[in-house]
Amino acid sequence: MDSQVLAAQTSDAPHVEHAHPPYLRHHFATIEQQRETSAFGMWLFLLTEIMFFGGMFCAYLIYRNWYYPAFVAGSHQLSIVLGTINTAVLICSSFTMAMGVYSAEKFNRKALVGWLLATIVLGGVFLGIKTVEYREKWEKHHVPGLNYSVAGFTHIDPEHPQEKPLPLDMAQKTQVYFSLYFAMTGMHALHMVIGITILFFLVAKAWGGKYTSGHVAPIEYFGLYWHFVDIVWIFLFPLLYLISRHQ
Amino acid sequence: MSTIVSLPDQSTATLPKRSYLNNEYGLKSWLLTGDHKRIAILYLISITFFFFIGGALAGLIRLELLTPQSDLMAMDTYNKVFTMHGIVMIFLFLVPSVPATIGNFLIPIMVGAKDLAFPKINLLSWYLYVTAGIFTIAALALGGVDTGWTFTTPLSTHYLNTHVITAGLGVFIAGFSSIFTGLNFIVTIHRMRAPGMTWFRLPLFCWSHYAASILMVLGTPVLAIALVLVILERTIGIGVFDPAKGGDPILFQHLFWFYSHPAVYIMILPGMGVISEVISTFSRKRVFGYTAVAFSSVAIAVFGFFVWAHHMFIMGVSNYSALVFSLLTMLVAVPSAIKIFNWSATLYKGSITFETPMLYAFGFIGLFTIGGLTGVFLGSLGMDIHLTETYFIVAHFHFVMVGGMLMAFLSGVHFWWPKMTGRMYPEGISKLAAVTTFIGFVLTFFPQFIVGYLGMPRRYASYPPEFQVLNVFSTAGASVLGVGYLLPMLYLTWSLKYGKIAGANPWQATGLEWQIQSPPLTENFTVTPVVNYEAYDYEWLANKTEHEVQTVG
Repeated sequence: MDSQVLAAQTSDAPHVEHAHPPYLRHHFATIEQQRETSAFGMWLFLLTEIMFFGGMFCAYLIYRNWYYPAFVAGSHQLSIVLGTINTAVLICSSFTMAMGVYSAEKFNRKALVGWLLATIVLGGVFLGIKTVEYREKWEKHHVPGLNYSVAGFTHIDPEHPQEKPLPLDMAQKTQVYFSLYFAMTGMHALHMVIGITILFFLVAKAWGGKYTSGHVAPIEYFGLYWHFVDIVWIFLFPLLYLISRHQ
Repeated sequence: MSTIVSLPDQSTATLPKRSYLNNEYGLKSWLLTGDHKRIAILYLISITFFFFIGGALAGLIRLELLTPQSDLMAMDTYNKVFTMHGIVMIFLFLVPSVPATIGNFLIPIMVGAKDLAFPKINLLSWYLYVTAGIFTIAALALGGVDTGWTFTTPLSTHYLNTHVITAGLGVFIAGFSSIFTGLNFIVTIHRMRAPGMTWFRLPLFCWSHYAASILMVLGTPVLAIALVLVILERTIGIGVFDPAKGGDPILFQHLFWFYSHPAVYIMILPGMGVISEVISTFSRKRVFGYTAVAFSSVAIAVFGFFVWAHHMFIMGVSNYSALVFSLLTMLVAVPSAIKIFNWSATLYKGSITFETPMLYAFGFIGLFTIGGLTGVFLGSLGMDIHLTETYFIVAHFHFVMVGGMLMAFLSGVHFWWPKMTGRMYPEGISKLAAVTTFIGFVLTFFPQFIVGYLGMPRRYASYPPEFQVLNVFSTAGASVLGVGYLLPMLYLTWSLKYGKIAGANPWQATGLEWQIQSPPLTENFTVTPVVNYEAYDYEWLANKTEHEVQTVG
């Protein structure tokens, strides 16, 4: 009996060692504590991001109420096709990111690298389409400050006869719409660029097998960030593109 | 009732062989450290540097205002000087002052942890701070910025040809440094508490830092986006705040003050935490109404988010919203008063001693009360119309920020100096410094209440000659104040080498930080502490000291 207990104890010993994997930081007592702490920190960071974008959403809300016709006219200038494609691309990238987290949890190194690369590609496609849209705005003289003309809003466009022309003072206000359009989508795109940059580092480390031995946290929390950026777009798309479709 | 406490004999105290200070040597071991205590020291050095830059600028302002004419510098230069004074003092000194130095050093130890939750992010926050400092210095060196620290549009976006973008980026980056500090504190206080350290056993220092951190995390991003929009408006000319394009400059004010009013509480709440610790320790009594003081911090943080438009009463907000914001502003006075009354009640029947930190704390209570009450004047709509943009405002916020926060900062630095360095500051001269600071402060800023009430506007290099007497008082006071600030700098540096060795608990205080050696080990605790006593339990401490086996060696 005694010898069995002893044996059990000695065989337990390596397990106790195992409870302290190399990625446990020195100032945490347990892996559980480390996991909870970093998850909490990440959510808190996302909260600051909500406040960051919140300022612009607040401005959007106020100005939309003030300059309703200008916001409708501005919204009609956006390409709903490109916007929809981009939304689909971004949702797919969230899926590939989620699959990346899943692969890391399943210790599947190659799948993880593959899914992360797919996320990078989809993020790149999104930014590419965004560039096309920005270019179109430039050509239509819809970039406030640098290249803006209200002519398109004060005259009836022969291609879109159903559009009513705006009086000149309201047409001027479309600049606020496009200011917010560029500020909001620009900040969103900046977050995508930062995300893609981080993804490259994650891919490099994932290739070395860093995240497929139980240390999933960095992939998981980067995933949270990526989904957050996705969700911001999910709000931007209807507010900027869809909301005035039928007016 | 207070417990009779006898301070330990310091002649037998020795410096520990191993501590966070001598764990590693060399510049690299400091610049790449993850140790919250070393980062706190880095912060302490850098904020002191910026404090003296901001202080020198304040000196220039007072010198210019010695005479009614604009004679020391051109009016433009004066604008640049007061702008830079504001930016440096607020974003590079007051916001990080107590949290990033004393808070960084103490919060992990107070909750019984080995470090903050995210040591690397803590270090990153210091580097961001330094970068912000470089941007600000660059704006100063390249020719300055003259928007006032408020970056008010359309002045900042359309009418000035100075380095608004450089300074704006500096503030933006400093904001991220502050967000990371706040984030680290919240997570640490939630997740890193030692066994037995319940929320209501936390020292009040942690509670007030927790409240301030909420403000940092939720408020600062809004400032960041407001500045981004200003910078975009200056560079490419988008029109979110530009009336010519349909934007509204008042929206900038809303976004700016949505951060910058809570920022006032970011600055003062950590100071209140220091005062709770100091008052309790030198009265040898548990803080009266611990729970009320703890929740009043949170209440200040919550109310603080809903009062911002009182900075905008004369800027064209509607009368109804002014009314609501005026009422809400009065509400903030309640939790602040709870604190003042509870500290006073803590003193009642305590065995009070008058060490330097306590003197500073008394200064805080008196000056903060005046600063707070004049805030109620300014929150009243009619009174505000008369007093806004005058020196009354200047006096009001200097009573809170300098009379309150700076006193609290110095109180805290003196109180925890033995813990940080292992050595005592010289008691006699530091008492002199505390009294000098108080006298200099009152002489500088009290006349400004009067001169402001009489109608002297702020932000002008010249003023009508009848205001000169009071301005001379103020400038004279500023020189005394300058001496009061220079003294601690000198004798604290002196004490690093020549100060008496402090020992682990020179004040017989109860916090966890006083139960470990001074200066602490890099890992703070050799074994994870188990907390089985309430905060500020001097009986527990007296019993513990009685039964303690004293080891000498």
